[in-house]
Formats: sequence, structure tokens, C-alpha cells
Amino acid sequence: MSRVVVNVMPKPEILDPQGKAVTGALQRLGFHGLSVRQGKRFEIEVDGEVTDEVLAEIRDAAEKLLANTVIESFEVVAE
Amino acid sequence: MKIGVVTFPGSLDDHDALRAVRLSGAEAVPLWHGSDSIDDVDAIILPGGFSYGDYLRCGAIARFSPVMGTVIDAANKGMPVLGICNGFQLLCEAHLLDGAMIRNAGQQFVCVDQRLRVETKDTVWTCEFERGQEITIALKNGEGNFQASPETLKRLEDNDQVVFRYIGNPNGSANDIAGITNERGNVVGLMPHPEHNVEEYTSSSLDGRRFFESVISFVSARV
Repeated sequence: MSRVVVNVMPKPEILDPQGKAVTGALQRLGFHGLSVRQGKRFEIEVDGEVTDEVLAEIRDAAEKLLANTVIESFEVVAE
Repeated sequence: MKIGVVTFPGSLDDHDALRAVRLSGAEAVPLWHGSDSIDDVDAIILPGGFSYGDYLRCGAIARFSPVMGTVIDAANKGMPVLGICNGFQLLCEAHLLDGAMIRNAGQQFVCVDQRLRVETKDTVWTCEFERGQEITIALKNGEGNFQASPETLKRLEDNDQVVFRYIGNPNGSANDIAGITNERGNVVGLMPHPEHNVEEYTSSSLDGRRFFESVISFVSARV
């Protein structure tokens, strides 16, 4: 089994209310100077080797379902 | 005149929408997410709630349910479709409407009688309103913060596709947008809930009735 990870993040120009709330909470806990943006990580188990075809298929899946590219960007990483 | 209301797993306001349709004088037809049939309805409502538990993103999984293939085809052929709250999110995920909804600015779940301004009557769901009319409709959501790219926002504004604007922005939505339409004007999505504003006993206003009167008068005129 191999693993491919899809990381999804809110686009830089889109407000990230969750990241903003986490940033505020960290400051209140004494962690200063840390600015957070919050995204999602999908760990995908793949049968067999991670070929270019598999990566292309996962990219397609990310584009279609895992990310909403209106507000989010994604990256596909083979681990 | 038959208006269908789709029930997804996690829909909450499907029965309120069906009731509002009945009170408006049209026949209310319950539709099911797992079937690709929309019977022979004249218009479709995608109701509020938390379809598929809002997992992944609001509306993201419901968008691929069997009924949505048929709804998308019908919408592209001009059938009136109204998306309320979760239904609006679903229409954005299905790319029938532009933009997307994110968490409310301030992270608060908002539940208020919201003042809105009607920005266009040039849609099948708002033709019985007046442009500039101020109305009150129930608003209740945690992810109603409408966002789109600057180019998309400009296009929506230039094409007169902004249908409702908040008076006093409750959630950070770009350009105070509460609801939009597609280019053709047959698909409308909004975060507030017109189906909750149709009865004197439970509503702070009866402004929701006009949505249903609009689509009935549009469909009647067309036949």
C-alpha cells in the first residue's frame, strides 16, 4: 500500500475565519507572532505503486470533490 | 402547478418548504435525493439543512447525489430552481451559481430576522417584488459568508445577478450579498429562509410568500 496526501488550503485572498480564530486563541495563550491559516489534509491509501496515472486520477478527484477551487487550492503529494 | 422539494439526508427545512408551497396554492411534490426522477414538476426547491452532515464542505457531497444530475439538466433548460441556505451552498458546489460560502466572519452561528433589500425582480423567484423593496426574512446559519473572486463579483454586479443584499451585513459576505441568480434568471440561491416567512402565527413578516407567488405567476404566464 502506498499513500498519497492531498492538502487543501483556503486561497490566500479568501478570508479564513477558522484560522483567524485559532490565531487569536494562540495569542491569548501567550504564543505571539504566530499567524495561522487552517486547511484540510486527506490521506489516500492506494493499492500498488503510485504511478503518474494514479497521481493524475487523484488530482482529478481533488479538483472534482476534495477541494472547491473557487475558494481553495490543493496540492497532491506522494509519500 | 407542481413545485418539488428535494429531501437529502440531513435536510431540515424540506417540510417547511413543502408546507409553504401548499400554502401558496401550488401542489407540493416531495422529491428524494436517491432518485434521478423529478416527476413532472414545474419548479424545484433545494431546502435548508445540513445535507450529508455538511461533511467535507456544505453541499459538496449532496451535489453528486442522483437527483442533482437531473436538477442540473433541468436548470440548464430553464426550469426554475430555488436554493435556500444549504440549497444555495449546493447550487454553488454544482456550479449552477457562482461563488462559495465560508464560515461566518466572527465564527458565530447567526439566527435573526434579517432585513434584506431586493436588488432585482428580473428572476423567476422575485418577479412579484419591487426593485429596492426592503423585506424581512429569517436567517440562520454558521456558514453563510458569500465569497467570490473580484472578477466574479464584478460580473455578478454588472449583469444584475445580485438578487438580495443584507441591510447590516451579519456574516462578512462580499458586497453584502445574501442571494444571487444565474445569467438566465431561473436559478436563485439565498441564505435567508423565505419558507419560514409565510404564516402570521409564526413569522415576523409574510415577505416569503412573494417568492412562491413569483414562481407561480412566472410559470402560469409561460404556459
